[in-house]
Amino acid sequence: MRVREHTDQEFEQELRHLREQLLLMGSHVEGIIGSSLRALLERDSVLAQRAIEADRVVDRLEIEIDSLCLQILARRQPVASDLRFVTMVLKAVTDIERMGDLGVNISERVLELNREPPLKPYVDLPRMADETQMMLREALDAFVAKDADRARRVIDRDQIIDDLYAQIFRELLTYMMEEAKNVYRATRLQSIAKYLERIADHATNLAELVVFMVKGSDIRHPDSRADGGKN
Amino acid sequence: MNSQPAPDTPARISLSVSNLTVCYGAKRALGPVNMEIAEKHVTALIGPSGCGKSTFLRSLNRMNDLVLGCRVEGDVRLDGQPIYGSGVDPVEVRRRVGMVFQKSNPFPKTIFENVAYGLRIGGMRDRGEIAGRVEHALGQAALWDEVKGRLGESALGLSGGQQQRLCIARALAVEPDVLLMDEPASALDPIATAHIEELIHELARDYTVVIVTHNMQQAARVSDYTAFFYMGDLVEFASTDTIFTHPSQPRTEDYVTGRFG
Amino acid sequence: MKLRRRRLGDVTLALASGLAVALVLLIVVVILGDVVYHGAPHMTLGFLTQAPRDGMTAGGIFPAIFGTVALVVLMTLAVLPAGVATAIYLSEYANPGSRVTRMVRVAVNNLAGVPSIVFGLFGLGFFVQFVGAGIDRALYGGQRVFGQPALVWAALTMAVLTLPVVIVATEEALSAVPRELRLASAALGANRLQTIVRVVLPQALPGILTGAILAISRGAGEVAPILFTGVAYYLPKLPRSLHDQFMQLGYHVYVLSTQSPDVDATRPILYATVLVLLLLTFALNAAAVVVRSHMRRRFAGATS
Repeated sequence: MRVREHTDQEFEQELRHLREQLLLMGSHVEGIIGSSLRALLERDSVLAQRAIEADRVVDRLEIEIDSLCLQILARRQPVASDLRFVTMVLKAVTDIERMGDLGVNISERVLELNREPPLKPYVDLPRMADETQMMLREALDAFVAKDADRARRVIDRDQIIDDLYAQIFRELLTYMMEEAKNVYRATRLQSIAKYLERIADHATNLAELVVFMVKGSDIRHPDSRADGGKN
Repeated sequence: MNSQPAPDTPARISLSVSNLTVCYGAKRALGPVNMEIAEKHVTALIGPSGCGKSTFLRSLNRMNDLVLGCRVEGDVRLDGQPIYGSGVDPVEVRRRVGMVFQKSNPFPKTIFENVAYGLRIGGMRDRGEIAGRVEHALGQAALWDEVKGRLGESALGLSGGQQQRLCIARALAVEPDVLLMDEPASALDPIATAHIEELIHELARDYTVVIVTHNMQQAARVSDYTAFFYMGDLVEFASTDTIFTHPSQPRTEDYVTGRFG
Repeated sequence: MKLRRRRLGDVTLALASGLAVALVLLIVVVILGDVVYHGAPHMTLGFLTQAPRDGMTAGGIFPAIFGTVALVVLMTLAVLPAGVATAIYLSEYANPGSRVTRMVRVAVNNLAGVPSIVFGLFGLGFFVQFVGAGIDRALYGGQRVFGQPALVWAALTMAVLTLPVVIVATEEALSAVPRELRLASAALGANRLQTIVRVVLPQALPGILTGAILAISRGAGEVAPILFTGVAYYLPKLPRSLHDQFMQLGYHVYVLSTQSPDVDATRPILYATVLVLLLLTFALNAAAVVVRSHMRRRFAGATS
């Protein structure tokens, strides 16, 4: 990949800083997701609480990154790849922040579950969480490496998540139908699975943005596009 | 790499350039260039200094003929008719392809006589007709209201921005098909520049406009199509949106984003 | 101290240049004063309108004035078209590096350095004895009409003398017209002739006129070129045709100071003649200044 630097070093620095902040935000969210799942598996409510608080850093970063983007747009009037990068960051920040909020939601459900005995051994849920985390990580790596193919692979993996969710939901449904006592815990677990599925969707959004940034083509919403998604 | 297809939107072609090469003495300054310029649209030519964009512009109205030692090869057609070649009078070409220069150059005559100049040398004699055309041209250049009461005053008494609009009116009076503008706002302050850019938008309704500019933001604001020149070659020619959001050539990408090396 | 030394230098220079100016002014004032003092009393209307009498010891200098004016008019009619056309060729049409252009320029420069007496000899040899004699053979069957000193030959000789002045002044005026104006004119569809006539010449007019007036004032004063080509010491009648001889102010001064039978009677006439000549020269130079400033004001405006 051709690496050419901006003649204006300050501009180059600003873009680099923006990239670093975005990655930082992403890694914080990764941490929140990981912590909240561990809190579930190890029944560690302190860890869950910490995960909830960590979201504050994510929110702060969102504000900072938005402000940086605005500055760059106003002062540098970026075009072409720089413009695509900055607009991508603006949108990615929303997705990442949402992911953080969803992680918090997971932790809240974990806190509720930890007051009860566990319903069943967790098999699929950790798998789903691992897969989701990996999607996020891969999307961010694709962003750093400007690798559109890697990003596309993330988009493809979303199907796995959807299948896992369906499986978990069916299983929890049987638990609920078995005994009324199970409903409280089952619904909490189903919520967690739903949150993970939504986190994966956001990771997919990130991947689509990476493709847009790298290739200059917008691959979102293929069915509703005038050209049938052929662009 | 120099055969660039006409950009996406199918518009009528006003100027068609094939294999245009310009040499100053032994040195190749430009080309070969292939390009089709759309009618009644604004086409911007961008690129670093010395890239050949001004040379290209001058080839479109045979002003390169006036440069000593300049040799032009290739074919340029205006509405299908070649403008080079034996039997073609450059004077006729320049009546159909007008030009406005970087630094405004009004004649030291009255405002009226400046605008009427092109008409008079073309043989127009009827006073009423000349006056009508002068008023129309000044109106098109957005200058009529400011000067209608002082047409008999010297043109040199106008401000820089007004003088440039006067030069535009002067070029429009002969009703050319194409208007070439060589960095028309580079000597003007931001307000005057904005007026000129607004004017270019208006003019594109009736005329084909080709403008050379070293100000990329201006090219982005003003033009429908943009051509990027570099070291005498046409690197990329596409719609302005494409050039400034996702250009296909790495050299174009580097230039517009400010990676000058 | 350094400061004081520098001020001393400044003061010395100022003093020296002031003294030089005063000296020059003094010389001019003395000469003019002398001429005016001795000549003004004699400069009556009669003096200016009568012919000389009694062997130049009485009378006026009207024929000399008439002859000078006729000479200058004919000279101007000859030199202006030729000079301006040459300058236009050199400035607008010629290829700047070509052999022909360079040769023409060398010729013009050399012409400017030729001593005026040499022009007189040239005029005699070429105009009088060659062209004039040829005309006589062709049109007058050998009779001596043009093959002798004549007004036309003197005028043409003077024209050749002043040609470099007109060419250089015109060329300078033409090159002072900015190139952008020529480009603008060409871009509007003007051919070269239209551009020259409508844009370049009008703008260069002040400079051209200045050159013309310089030429004229030189023509009014030069004597050497006309010595052999047409001027006469004394003529009973005014020149009526191109092949007649004429009297001239400058030559008349020479004649009065060297050929007079009565020096004392002639002296006041001499002074008055010199005064008339000087006044004529001043008037021409003043006219040049007036014309130039008037035309500058007409083209005044912001240079943007």
